[in-house]
Amino acid sequence: MIDMNTYWPIILTLGIGTFLIRFSFILIMDKLTIPDAVHKMLRFIPASVLTALIVPSVLLHKNGITSFAGWEQPIAALVAVVVAWKTKNILATIGVGMLTLWGMQAVM
Amino acid sequence: MSKNLSTFLAGVRRTSPLTLGVTPFGLICGAVCVNAGMPEWGAIGMSTIIFAGASQLVATQLMAENASVAVVIMTGLIINMRMFMYSASLAPHFNGLHPVKKGLLAYMLTDQAYAISIARYGEPESDVINKPLFYFGSAITMWTCFNITTVLGAYLGAFIPPQWNLGFAIPLTFIAVVIPAVKDRPSVFAAVVAGLVAFFANPLPYNLGLMVAAVTGIAAGYALERRQAND
Repeated sequence: MIDMNTYWPIILTLGIGTFLIRFSFILIMDKLTIPDAVHKMLRFIPASVLTALIVPSVLLHKNGITSFAGWEQPIAALVAVVVAWKTKNILATIGVGMLTLWGMQAVM
Repeated sequence: MSKNLSTFLAGVRRTSPLTLGVTPFGLICGAVCVNAGMPEWGAIGMSTIIFAGASQLVATQLMAENASVAVVIMTGLIINMRMFMYSASLAPHFNGLHPVKKGLLAYMLTDQAYAISIARYGEPESDVINKPLFYFGSAITMWTCFNITTVLGAYLGAFIPPQWNLGFAIPLTFIAVVIPAVKDRPSVFAAVVAGLVAFFANPLPYNLGLMVAAVTGIAAGYALERRQAND
């Protein structure tokens, strides 16, 4: 692990950089006119970004090298998708997903 | 109860189930950082200053491997680039707000607060609520939960059995948020394309696969919507 004299400058730089990313459009949008096409693209951000976060974390296991995570996680994720679709309930989705994972781990 | 207070509380209420998915995130962030050799307050400071779990986990891992400072910072920032898109998406709803208030709201921007707020703004009668205040209720809920659980993780993380796989609650949270959000063909198409590209582009360095997948998904959804409009 790096020492504290390097740790804090890294943390601060990452913190400020991340803040500027978050602030960017929120700060300047008032002064811009957004083209219609860009407005229409914004609608697809949640579906695209969140799915791109979900798929690798469910299917792949990263521990130095990347490998298939095994069937427990994809199956639990599929069950969670069905629960989310049918109930639209966040707690139920997380709860059933975790219980399915633990159940599969106990069986497999 | 004033209308503004009830809008704020609605943001808190809608976000509160998501704390179940963020709790493991905070616990893990705190625990991993302490396990890598940082003091507890170092882990806590990291969560309050950066406040972006995924980049914190990767940065911690790189620092533990003694990666160069430039690599740690670049990788962490690239992972957070997706928030450029959230910022652009939320910006029209925060128009006219004082820059200092905008700064506070921006600092607290997360996947979850973004997803919950943008879903609410898409519902009927969204124009009658105070949009920044709804977002603030959502974001402050996430902020409080993440930072409290980081403290817990920093002090108690060593006692959490790894076979519980608590980290799996994180993608489950995103599933819970994204599934109700894909309700028409173009957005389903955007999600499927983004998921496929994310899988195959995963070997790209610095987590660039995420950005490539997101941009491809957005372009795919937009292209299908245009085709449907032309038919």
